[in-house]
Amino acid sequence: MRTIFGAVCLLIVLNACSSDSSGSSTTDNYDRTALLTHWADDIIVPAFENFQQKTNAQAEAALNFSNNPTQENLQILRTSWFEAYKALQSVTMYDIGQADASSFKEAVNTFPADAAGIESNVASGTYNLAPLSSYPRQGFPGLDYMINGLGSDDTEILSHYTGTDAAKYKQYLNDICTRIKTLTDAIVNDWNNGYRDTYVASNGYSVSSSVNKTTNLFTRNLEKDIRSGKIGIPAGLLSNNVPFPDKVEAYYKNDISRELYLISLKAQQDFFNGKAFGSQTNGLGLASYLDAVNAQRDGQQLSDIINAKFDAAYTAGSGLNVSFSQQIVSDNNTFIAAYDALQEVVVVTKLDLLQALNITIDYVDGDGD
Amino acid sequence: MSPAVKKYLSEQTDAATLAFFRLAFGLLMLGGIIRFWSMGWIRKFYIDPIFHFTYFGFSWVKPIGEWTHLLFVICGLSAVAVAIGWKYRFAIIVFFLSFTYIELMDKTTYLNHYYFVSVISFLLIFLPANTLFSVDSFKNGTFATVPKWTVDCIKLLLGIVYFYAGLAKLNSDWLFDAMPLRIWLPGNMDLPLIGSWLNKIWVQYAFSWIGAVYDLLVPFLLLNRKTRFPAFIVVVIFHLLTRILFPIGIFPYIMIVSTLIFFDAKLHRRFLVWLSNLLRLQSALLVSDKNHITDFSSTGKIKLVVVSLFLMFQLVFPFRYLLYPDELFWTEEGYRFSWRVMLMEKAGYTEFTVKDAKTGNQIHVNNSNFLTAFQLKQMAFQPDFILEYAHFLHDNYEKRGMADPQVYCKSYVALNGRLSRPYINPTVNLAKESESWRHKSWILPFNDEIKGL
Repeated sequence: MRTIFGAVCLLIVLNACSSDSSGSSTTDNYDRTALLTHWADDIIVPAFENFQQKTNAQAEAALNFSNNPTQENLQILRTSWFEAYKALQSVTMYDIGQADASSFKEAVNTFPADAAGIESNVASGTYNLAPLSSYPRQGFPGLDYMINGLGSDDTEILSHYTGTDAAKYKQYLNDICTRIKTLTDAIVNDWNNGYRDTYVASNGYSVSSSVNKTTNLFTRNLEKDIRSGKIGIPAGLLSNNVPFPDKVEAYYKNDISRELYLISLKAQQDFFNGKAFGSQTNGLGLASYLDAVNAQRDGQQLSDIINAKFDAAYTAGSGLNVSFSQQIVSDNNTFIAAYDALQEVVVVTKLDLLQALNITIDYVDGDGD
Repeated sequence: MSPAVKKYLSEQTDAATLAFFRLAFGLLMLGGIIRFWSMGWIRKFYIDPIFHFTYFGFSWVKPIGEWTHLLFVICGLSAVAVAIGWKYRFAIIVFFLSFTYIELMDKTTYLNHYYFVSVISFLLIFLPANTLFSVDSFKNGTFATVPKWTVDCIKLLLGIVYFYAGLAKLNSDWLFDAMPLRIWLPGNMDLPLIGSWLNKIWVQYAFSWIGAVYDLLVPFLLLNRKTRFPAFIVVVIFHLLTRILFPIGIFPYIMIVSTLIFFDAKLHRRFLVWLSNLLRLQSALLVSDKNHITDFSSTGKIKLVVVSLFLMFQLVFPFRYLLYPDELFWTEEGYRFSWRVMLMEKAGYTEFTVKDAKTGNQIHVNNSNFLTAFQLKQMAFQPDFILEYAHFLHDNYEKRGMADPQVYCKSYVALNGRLSRPYINPTVNLAKESESWRHKSWILPFNDEIKGL
């Protein structure tokens, strides 16, 4: 007993003594407020504002095109659509606050597009874009169909905007552009009018705290939207191993699925490394958090291991055909190899990362022992 | 029966100790049941899930829909009856059965302290804990003393819990890598005063070593009159600290209150007298010149044999892991019911594919269609969960018209700060494997070593 009591006393004394001299070498309290401030102010809000600009440009281009449906204006619209689609890849993982409440992610990027549904909406002229069932009839996949999928060449596509039903097609085109814009404006508005403070203030360690929620979303986006959505489902891995070349992202444009995939993967890695939006310098983020709790695995920093896996997945993705549809048709095994490389990132983030940071995934409560 | 044994069995002690323990235990259990209910856990753990993970041999123990609430009512009422000592023997049997039934319904919620409650309540069935300060004694007569062995066997069980928990900590992960505390403690960096220390490596080592020494020594320090009081202070500090640092529910309180049994009977009597005065009860409840002595009749002897066998079982059962190959923490064969408390940080990522044996068609399972988040978390790293779930998937997809569904899983597990690695053999059709006491050969090897007990 004396020994224990002595040991406890000793510890207290040691504590008291060393408190003056310590501090410089070790990172003590990990400042979650600073982390959240950086995430909100330097990453999330700028990413959404960037996306907002692109959606504004897209809506203008759509309006411009419907006022004057020329080949040239179609091309301008396509370019602004592609720019916005790329910018979207950097915001889908922040499915929190207004984005979550309005099902933003689902509304703007559920693919494959429901071509028949779109045609029936266009034809009837009356439609409600709010319900779940209409998600594949709008957003970027919907636009993809409207500007790339209405015909086999541009002449045929343009004919829809100049023919007898032109008004209906124009209406639908503008409506779905406006809906993307409205949803986005609401999110940016929310972040800039109070939600940012709510987000930063929730700096605790509970399941519902901002760090935990954001980190969960980071892993979920990687697992569900990128791994399963962009590769797993088209590769046929989640069903009968029968590939679906038509279930890739931006199927009608077709030659940009690799680029969208790589951008989304890069956005995940940049967020992991805490890079401010548009910057290439590492900042406060999950990687620095891992280093702060000195998370090491097999003698290496866990953050380095995770970055190496991200790099490997990126390399595997870079080797694919620019069109995932063509990749699937010509060589699905290479496509699956890219999936496997990505799967390693999913495991090491969803498992090792969350474990090292002691972050509970989803809502699990109950006692432990 | 040897004279020495008979002499020991004939030694008497103040009945106040058992009465105190009965009262405290009953009230704590009532509190535990009420807390469980108020957290909404009955619905969440036992009614909402569409599938339950059962214990080997107890797959017939299932929640009973909304009636599950009734089980908790019965359990809570029997705890009250135990506390006040009303129809004690019947009450404690009902409590033991209802509590144990609840725990057996789903092993997702397995906790060592729930097992401890079952163990203690089983033992209490055989102890004369209602001979003083109880409704029964008021009606049927009070006894001043009870056999000393009846108190000693509770002390022995408590000693086993601590000492075995200490033995389990004597491994290289705990002592030489400060794992898993190195992962857990930084999670509390925001605590006032101690928070900033929890991320220091030496503090993590200190917590690990002190924890192990504490567990190993505390039963002996509590037994020794001289060291008892300071030891109890340490018990209180230790358990309150664990309460602050980890989400371990009512366990700290159970242990703090239970260790009071090591104190001198005078303390228990003083407490009962104080309580008796406070409640304006008759002093007769606490006074008697009768002694409740060990029953050496044939039924009494059967009782003694049952208690002895039970205690021996408690001593031996935790060591069953020695009969299994590979690392205990990895396979978890022999992990539960062995007082391995807060011993490892383990998590998994496990996905399933179900394949039609005839057509070869396969489906990637979305686990959250069938499991709650809590079940999913527990299933992902425990082989017996994985197996039972695989069988559930087999049955489920067979019902949906799949021919002889084959179930394969891809599983990764990370243990105590090691990088995650493949856990289950992905080429084994788990639908064809069955649960048993034997080693599960489809668990991939750990390929590392954790030295120690």
